[in-house]
Amino acid sequence: MPDTFHYLQQLVNGLTVGSTYALIAIGYTMVYGIIGMINFAHGEVYMVGSYVAFIVLAGLAMLGIHSLPLLMVASFACAIVVTSAYGYSIERVAYRPLRGSNRLIPLISAIGMSIFLQNAVQLSQGSGNWAIPNLLPGNFSFGPGGNQEVMVSYMQVVVFVVTLLAMAGLTLFISRSRMGRACRACAEDMKMANLLGIDTNSVIALTFVIGAALAAVAAVLLSMQYGVINPYAGFLVGLKAFTSAVLGGIGSIPGAMLGGLVLGVAEAFGADVFGDQYKDVVAFGLLVLVLLFRPTGILGRPEIEKV
Amino acid sequence: MNKPVRQALFSALLVWAVAYPIFGLKLAFAGVTLQVHGASASTLGLIAGASVLLFLRVLFAEPLGRLRKGSGKPWVPPRVSNYLTLPSTQRWGLVALVALAFVWPFFGSRGAVDTATLILIYVMLGLGLNIVVGLAGLLDLGYVGFYAVGAYSYALLSHYLGLGFWECLPIAGLLAALFGLLLGFPVLRLRGDYLAIVTLGFGEIIRIFLRNLTSITGGPNGISNIEKPTFFGLSLERRAADGAQTFHQFFGLDYNPAHKVVYLYLIALLLALVALFVINRLLRMPIGRAWEALREDEIACRALGLNPTVIKLSAFTLGAAFAGFAGSFFAARQGLITPESFTFIESAIILAIVVLGGMGSQLGVVLAAIVMILLPELMREFSDYRMLMFGALMVLMMVWRPQGLLPMQRPHLELRQ
Repeated sequence: MPDTFHYLQQLVNGLTVGSTYALIAIGYTMVYGIIGMINFAHGEVYMVGSYVAFIVLAGLAMLGIHSLPLLMVASFACAIVVTSAYGYSIERVAYRPLRGSNRLIPLISAIGMSIFLQNAVQLSQGSGNWAIPNLLPGNFSFGPGGNQEVMVSYMQVVVFVVTLLAMAGLTLFISRSRMGRACRACAEDMKMANLLGIDTNSVIALTFVIGAALAAVAAVLLSMQYGVINPYAGFLVGLKAFTSAVLGGIGSIPGAMLGGLVLGVAEAFGADVFGDQYKDVVAFGLLVLVLLFRPTGILGRPEIEKV
Repeated sequence: MNKPVRQALFSALLVWAVAYPIFGLKLAFAGVTLQVHGASASTLGLIAGASVLLFLRVLFAEPLGRLRKGSGKPWVPPRVSNYLTLPSTQRWGLVALVALAFVWPFFGSRGAVDTATLILIYVMLGLGLNIVVGLAGLLDLGYVGFYAVGAYSYALLSHYLGLGFWECLPIAGLLAALFGLLLGFPVLRLRGDYLAIVTLGFGEIIRIFLRNLTSITGGPNGISNIEKPTFFGLSLERRAADGAQTFHQFFGLDYNPAHKVVYLYLIALLLALVALFVINRLLRMPIGRAWEALREDEIACRALGLNPTVIKLSAFTLGAAFAGFAGSFFAARQGLITPESFTFIESAIILAIVVLGGMGSQLGVVLAAIVMILLPELMREFSDYRMLMFGALMVLMMVWRPQGLLPMQRPHLELRQ
């Protein structure tokens, strides 16, 4: 059956993209879980991360460094540091002064922040695409050959492995560390956590920083895989990641991981059936369907409205 | 080191971490390889200056705060701002504005009238979105989708069926309203933030379809040569199509292209005034009261026997209808529409107008539309920085004055202590 291999190939592609969506979605879901607002500028943090990765890669290449592990480690480290600074500053400037006001207000401020960052990067780095060649060409292939083959590129393997490591690290941090426990307590009941002596301000800042760092990991991976970046990339990727977070049940970290994978696969198959230009329609269509039939998402808990 | 110094140092470092990689280094192509160059010394100086300023600001946060509290006088004295936001003042303000708006284009320059027409389109859009966001409290980020539906329905009807602007105007409004109803039906059960994202998704979906259904909508090239509105069947072009008469022939005037510009302005003014009047009346009807009640407290509304879905749906549909009117006028004015006229940024501008004006306040929307469209026109030389400042303004506005320029005020009594 040639079809089986074709579908398997779509599955592999979908899972790769989906795992990076999942990383970004964690940022949305953690912030939502703690302060109940959508960090609309998160997609822009991702975009900044991809620019930092490119700058580091280009800079090291100019210095004559071509060892792949070193390039990767350096770009991960720099991107994480810079986007963490962005995450922290965005929270401090655009969200902290608005805490406790009407829900629409931080959302609008977040949209403003997103427009600001997009245009700032565009003004300083130009509005065109930047491209780098593939750093890790080659792929594994499975199957008898000809049309009946599933290709998994080395880069896709790297994306998988790094994503899994990042998620495992986050899960350990949230479930085992002292700060992680504080995070969970804040998500449960912010006021009570504060009364019990948890510094809620720093917990909230930390959630933004963790989200931004994970977005940076995704940014480095995706921009290495595709090799192209531009200042507008953050908007759509952010939207997809938010869709994943909602799909999995916003506020739930395992939900965001699952939602990302589901969305990535659905998109890959959707693009296959309806054509590539309708890929985004499939993603949003899926979001609407899930919200209609299961508004809390796949793993979300129903939220009780209190008077 | 004591705490303030540490915090101040941290902030100064933060400025470098945020600004240096993106603004201090620039990507460039050398042939096909990507390279990085340092930015100009002035950029580095700016970053350094910003970090020093923030260092001082954080270091002296406490004395500065005390200083500000000492001179804590509001920007506008409370009595004046109270007077300005009273419904009766707003009414008289409106009457004066309308009289002025009808008279000045006959004396103004052509460019100014054209800009004013654009402002009026945004007034219309702002008033429509104000129903949804300001009054009913539903954050709709895909409003531009209905604007696109209105614009494309006029363009397509005129292109394929040869219908004129005045026949298409109600049809475009109805079609947009129908879209609002169809899209609103599934999503209005969702809570606020979900609603925002789903509507954003819908707006994008409409644009994707417009771009990809090339055989019908012309794809990315859009539709061109859309007819301008006629004056009771009289064309305002230099030459009319066969059998029709032109405006200047009928009245025995010399042909003057300014006629067309002023005429378009007057149509826009009329449409905006109709929108203003209709919404103003609706506000005083039970449905308008229900919108506001719903915005304030959904649970209380349910307890009083109001059906939230129907109320939300009516707000959504009506808002969409006004976007449809605005859209068909936009198509008529431009003569050319492409899917790129209807991107998310357009939704954000309309939303910013509603928020800047003060959610729910109609005069505020008018004022904000003037500010938002006129400022970038006046600052042509800074046009690169337009969207940058626009984003910054949205954030600062939310932080400093979340209630908007002219917040809505109901007639009310205050208890004196």
